[in-house]
Amino acid sequence: MKALRKLLDNIKPHVSKGGRFEMFHSTYDAFETLLFVPDKTNKNGVHVRDAIDMKRTMIVVVLALVPALLFGIWNTGYQHFLAQGMEAGFWDMVLHGALRVVPIIVVSYGTGLGIEFIFAQIRGHEVNEGFLVSGMLIPLILPVDIPLWMVVVATAFAVVIGKEIFGGSGMNIWNPALLARAFLFFAYPAQMSGDIVWISGFSGMEGVDAATGATALGAAVAGNSDKFSIMESFLGVIPGSIGETSTLAILLGALVLIYTGIGSWKVMTSVFAGGLLMGLVFNWLGAESSNGLMHISALQHLTLGGFAFGAVFMATDPVSASRTEAGKWIYGFLIGVFAVLIRVFNPAYPEGMMLAILLMNTFAPLIDHFVVEANIKRRLKRAVVKA
Amino acid sequence: MENLLNIFVKSIFIDNMVFAYFLGMCSYLAVSKTVKTSFGLGVAVVFVLAITVPVNYLLENYVLSAGALSWLGEDFASVDLSFLSFIMFIAVIASMVQLVEMIVEKFAPALYSSLGIFLPLIAVNCAILGGSLFMQERAYANIGEATVFGLGSGIGWLLAIVGIAAIREKITYSNVPAPLRGLGITFIATGLMGIAFMSFMGIQL
Repeated sequence: MKALRKLLDNIKPHVSKGGRFEMFHSTYDAFETLLFVPDKTNKNGVHVRDAIDMKRTMIVVVLALVPALLFGIWNTGYQHFLAQGMEAGFWDMVLHGALRVVPIIVVSYGTGLGIEFIFAQIRGHEVNEGFLVSGMLIPLILPVDIPLWMVVVATAFAVVIGKEIFGGSGMNIWNPALLARAFLFFAYPAQMSGDIVWISGFSGMEGVDAATGATALGAAVAGNSDKFSIMESFLGVIPGSIGETSTLAILLGALVLIYTGIGSWKVMTSVFAGGLLMGLVFNWLGAESSNGLMHISALQHLTLGGFAFGAVFMATDPVSASRTEAGKWIYGFLIGVFAVLIRVFNPAYPEGMMLAILLMNTFAPLIDHFVVEANIKRRLKRAVVKA
Repeated sequence: MENLLNIFVKSIFIDNMVFAYFLGMCSYLAVSKTVKTSFGLGVAVVFVLAITVPVNYLLENYVLSAGALSWLGEDFASVDLSFLSFIMFIAVIASMVQLVEMIVEKFAPALYSSLGIFLPLIAVNCAILGGSLFMQERAYANIGEATVFGLGSGIGWLLAIVGIAAIREKITYSNVPAPLRGLGITFIATGLMGIAFMSFMGIQL
């Protein structure tokens, strides 16, 4: 630790103002504040002080993602061996999963951070851990068989068009990770949907029925709405994107986010409420319908696909969500409603969560606007003007 | 009834004038700086669309299209005036816009001055003429459907313009790269909104 501090101190004069490598200031700053608590103190004036700054906030989110990540790694291996009908030990599965998942994460981080650092140097803003979250979210919402170059393209799109163009962290309108997924989804649908991309190495396997590779939602579209029991989808031993299968692991992350106050419990609750309500409506409406998705029970809707993952990690993104407290309820509720609505009514996209969140990201500023206006009106009414 | 609801939802979300066809972009880009003015313009567009589409529907089916004049008598059954449809549609639209302009000037002078030239320019807003032409192309069965379609398209356009206005209000204080400030970032934001609206494409009601 001391040696590290000493190394940083040695470099510091060169990158400070007037030094030879002044232009690399933000790069240096990023590493220094990542490794050590900043020692800068305020000289005058009173400021709000808190032990947690944006960097620590982001790291907490990354930590909250760890259960989903670890489960995703194990599940990747588990699904691989299960589809082949082979017996394998726990560590074989973990090893297989790690070999598939870790490269995606490395590529996503490498691309995103590289672009972020370049932008920071040119535009003179600071690098912060914002991308550590997006860079972890992107791999977790991709199918495991995604070619790595697509991860590069999508991450670059998300960071440049989704974030840097709007001015960097904290100013984006849409969630960058979801933009990356939407970009891939519309640009390369063959690698992002269908029945063969969800299990690692599935397209190369011989003698395996294609239907085994379908996700629960994909199977429901085909009319087979009870391919997996609700317990299986809650625990997450089903095919799907890397990190989103296990509702249990995601709820562990949700506990961390709610306990630390980083993720808004209002958004999470209202997303689940909206989805549940819509699911119940469809169960009631569609009892006779031939649309398989209408027969999925309302509770199971919440455990399938990216619903829980989106509700906990994507919808609560403090930047792209509604900022007003009343707005959060509306915003979350509509996400839940639209997610189930798109799932059921749009056979082209059995997974509605991604697009529902992007849609509500679009309208979050509008919701905020009307909430603020209503507040102004209410308070004006209360004010008594003395003549 | 179910059919009308279908057309209504479809014209708002799935066949959205802005995000599915990129119609009416000029006023969409120019007047979307604040939510308040854009809401005013949006309501004007809803009003104009909801009136002109059914009026043009009547024109189309009882005057302009091939054989539409047969209600006048046997001699007129072979008359085809459809080459006049553009000019007739535009005439109807222009007169409606004049009406809206007078109403707005009388009852909301503040909105009138903030909309400026874009209020009379609704007359040449492609979303409005587009509404009438889509009505012609899709051959709606009765005037009820045409009215609902006009209303829905207008509401879809309103939704788009207040949405982008709220986003533009929010990014006023963002550190957008200098070359992209103003229209550049608005175009990019519109494209991304289009991605979000793609969620509705392919919905079968």
